[in-house]
Amino acid sequence: MAKSIRIRAKAKGGEVAVKALMTHPMETGLRKNKKTGKKIPAHFIQEVVCKHNGANVMTAQWGAAVSKNPYLSIVLTDAKKGDTIELSWVDNKGKSDSAEAKVK
Amino acid sequence: MQRRTFLQGSLAGGAVAVAVGAGLLSPRGVLAAWPESAFSAKSVQDAMSNLFGSADSKATDEIKIKAPDIAENGAVVPVSVNTSIAGTNKIALIAEKNGLPLAASFNLGKGTKGFVSTRIKMGKTSDVIAVVEAGGKRFSARKNVKVTIGGCGG
Repeated sequence: MAKSIRIRAKAKGGEVAVKALMTHPMETGLRKNKKTGKKIPAHFIQEVVCKHNGANVMTAQWGAAVSKNPYLSIVLTDAKKGDTIELSWVDNKGKSDSAEAKVK
Repeated sequence: MQRRTFLQGSLAGGAVAVAVGAGLLSPRGVLAAWPESAFSAKSVQDAMSNLFGSADSKATDEIKIKAPDIAENGAVVPVSVNTSIAGTNKIALIAEKNGLPLAASFNLGKGTKGFVSTRIKMGKTSDVIAVVEAGGKRFSARKNVKVTIGGCGG
């Protein structure tokens, strides 16, 4: 699962836009498997943390209503070129992943 | 550690065991901060009071929601929230008529702009509500999104 996050951070006009795409099924737990009729168990990202140079700038808590392969974008005002942005997630099964990017 | 062992064991035991395992081991222990009561609330009122401690919010035009007027596919509805309210520390996204209305909550720390953008699922045509918490007060704005094909469950 090491490559489940694609993250980009770009400086523009004194602000840094952080954009991230995560690969995750985001199952709601309400969908049924059409062949067996059984419910597909819920499997979704619950928490996403974004750090700027090691300091936490955003913690998002998600429900299952966030779309499959989630996209997230935030804007940082105190960041500059060369800074490190780290993004990590934890899902409801306790799996997690993280990725880093330098601000361009 | 035990949990991990258990999960691995249940994976080996087949799909049914996984379902049971996942259900029994819901995230409480792992993520104490995740507001389960807010995400499992079935009404907007309950979701808000469980998340913010109060269901009251003041309607404002200082929150801009960018979302399509008509979403062809309810499974992927891009929503952006932009607010000019100073001291914004939390933005919550709520899809009013979803079975579980609260979709996401973003805690914004220092050095961030009052902006988030993501994609959510919507079961049917309804308002998307953005609730912004700033300085202990809550503000909200809403935008109607027409959904042609629902995106919650099959």
